[in-house]
Amino acid sequence: MTVLFGQLFTGISIGAVLLLVALGLALTFGQMNVINMAHGEFIMAGAYTTYVLQQTVTAAGWSLLVALPVAFAVAGTMGVLLEVLLIRRLYARPLDTLLVTWGVSLMLQQLARDVFGSPNVQTRAPALLTGNVALPGGLTVANNRLFILALALAAVLALTLALRLTPLGRRIRAVVQNRDLAAVSGIPTARVDRTTFFIGSGLAGVAGVALTLLGPIGPTMGTNLIIDAFLVVVVGGIGQLKGSVIVAFALGVLQATGEYLTTLSVAKVIVFVAIVAFLQWRPQGLFTLRTRSLA
Amino acid sequence: MSQFRGRRILAGAMTLIAAAALAGCGSKTSDGKATAGVSADVSGDTVKVGLLNSLSGTMAISEVTVRDSIMLAVEEINAAGGVLGKKIVPVGEDGASDWPTFAEKAEKLISQDRVAAVFGCWTSASRKAVKPVFEKNKALLFYPVQYEGLEQSPYIFYTGATTNQQIVPGLDYLKAQGKKSVYLVGSDYVFPRTANKIIKAYAAANGMTVLGEDYAPLGSTEFGTIVNKVRSSKADAVFNTLNGDSNVAFFKEYTSAGLTAARMPVVSVSIAEEEVKGIGTQYLADQLTAWNYYQTTPGAANQKFVAAYKAKFGADKPTSDPMEAAYVAVHLWKAMVTKAGSFDVEKVRTASGGITYDAPEGLVTVDGPTQHIAKTARIGKVGGDGLITEVWNSGKPITPDPYLKSYPWASGLS
Repeated sequence: MTVLFGQLFTGISIGAVLLLVALGLALTFGQMNVINMAHGEFIMAGAYTTYVLQQTVTAAGWSLLVALPVAFAVAGTMGVLLEVLLIRRLYARPLDTLLVTWGVSLMLQQLARDVFGSPNVQTRAPALLTGNVALPGGLTVANNRLFILALALAAVLALTLALRLTPLGRRIRAVVQNRDLAAVSGIPTARVDRTTFFIGSGLAGVAGVALTLLGPIGPTMGTNLIIDAFLVVVVGGIGQLKGSVIVAFALGVLQATGEYLTTLSVAKVIVFVAIVAFLQWRPQGLFTLRTRSLA
Repeated sequence: MSQFRGRRILAGAMTLIAAAALAGCGSKTSDGKATAGVSADVSGDTVKVGLLNSLSGTMAISEVTVRDSIMLAVEEINAAGGVLGKKIVPVGEDGASDWPTFAEKAEKLISQDRVAAVFGCWTSASRKAVKPVFEKNKALLFYPVQYEGLEQSPYIFYTGATTNQQIVPGLDYLKAQGKKSVYLVGSDYVFPRTANKIIKAYAAANGMTVLGEDYAPLGSTEFGTIVNKVRSSKADAVFNTLNGDSNVAFFKEYTSAGLTAARMPVVSVSIAEEEVKGIGTQYLADQLTAWNYYQTTPGAANQKFVAAYKAKFGADKPTSDPMEAAYVAVHLWKAMVTKAGSFDVEKVRTASGGITYDAPEGLVTVDGPTQHIAKTARIGKVGGDGLITEVWNSGKPITPDPYLKSYPWASGLS
């Protein structure tokens, strides 16, 4: 029973990490149809931001709190730069955004190597996040995992509310559904694109902060995450936030169950087979975006 | 419409990623025709040696320090007049934590740079990848890291520990402490799998129970399930053969699950002072390690080594076992070449048996037949300052036994 609960929690926490990693992508890929291969490097930028802040703001607890908004701003700014300099010219050619952003991702990796050195670095977690909560029956849940879960849910909530309730959110949804009609209705689509990119990339930065609580920070950390992130967005249904949320947790629990019953490597295979089978059955993903877009 | 286009584009993305992955996996070693037996270029007043370490990727945390200590030894030897009157010129290559790259760079060092010997490699996977390259070219590799044993090559000198100098003493120590059950956690490649085979054979013969065995891919950072399994197994101790910075993720998860050295000690065979610093001492307090050398090992030779290293690379840089073994390797090579009076690989090999060196870890002796060296085993405990202090040692150097021929329980292993 303890083990079962422990595994369920492990699955949920893997799901929370997947969700954080994929959330920004759900916006930029899902809503805007831009394949941003540099998304993983924005996550890396968030992680290195945490590392740099820890070198300057010495108290581990404070540096982590400061890191959340700063990483959001740093990664978001990188996203806007990418949008303004390159992606803006390629909205009609999605496949080219893949190649261009892949090139950018390789450059960012090399930049990280030049600035921070190629060996991976680590941050110290605040004391509050290194312990665990003891529940009755000998159950424990790790504080850092709880923090990441809370962070993921808060990010989803904030993003959903922003998209549903704010004027900006309405404009984003309008541009997604029909760019030309939105433009003739007086919505400044270029500015909306830039803002969407800022938010999506900023969320990657926040994911980077969370990942420093779990493992090392390195120039290539993004490459492993980008595939997981795309999987979550595609299986969830492109342009569908709720799909990403459900799929992230489902894949997390499936991974944890697979790991428990078999081995880590076999579990990965199980997850991939399940995804392939699912996409055979529902190629459009879990949820479909209804759109009148002619594009 | 748009989601279908998105899907086609994504298929393109996945193909690109797969292509990139395949390009990384493909073996790039040349077919080696007409390269067999390339001899070192010693025509001038210098001699080149190769340095083959991962300066990037998941293993860089460990291997950069090894390269540094090889450089220290090279400088010391050059300052003392070089080898056979020739100054050593080091040629460095980055293996990038990628085994085909190691093989490719080894080939380059031997055929193109025509080095007299190569120092380096850390993971067994990288050693296995370069082994055929050295054998084909009849060139010398000095391998400085503890490993799983069950291997011998005429063209490799093993200056790190083999299993009977590290893992078996580690298990003996656990047994002496009354630990009756262990859980095995390792990275998913050749060293941990072979080491765990040996541990299971030892356990079966010594009344110890192995409660579980789990592997994570090199570089993996998800240890939730493994730690969950370890904790619910209620084992007396954990034997850890994880390599590289997976250890960071593992110990972060281990500590946040409430596991401590007092509750369930972990014996690690791949975490030395440099890694302790990287992982963070708060995650490793009082955990155990099995090695042949620590920065705190007493003796004049070690004081000199530690002082020289810190003077060159910084006072906050610790010294570790693989660094020491790499440093010793360069000095042993010099002694072999001097005794042989030649850089010729076959002459150097013939001269190697019985060569001794007053190493920082104590006196070491090259065992001619196995090309391993006799070393003292040491169990250590991680302190709050990040240094490891010895809690037990074997008292005298242990003769290397890579195939564990002197242990009846190991007869089924190969």
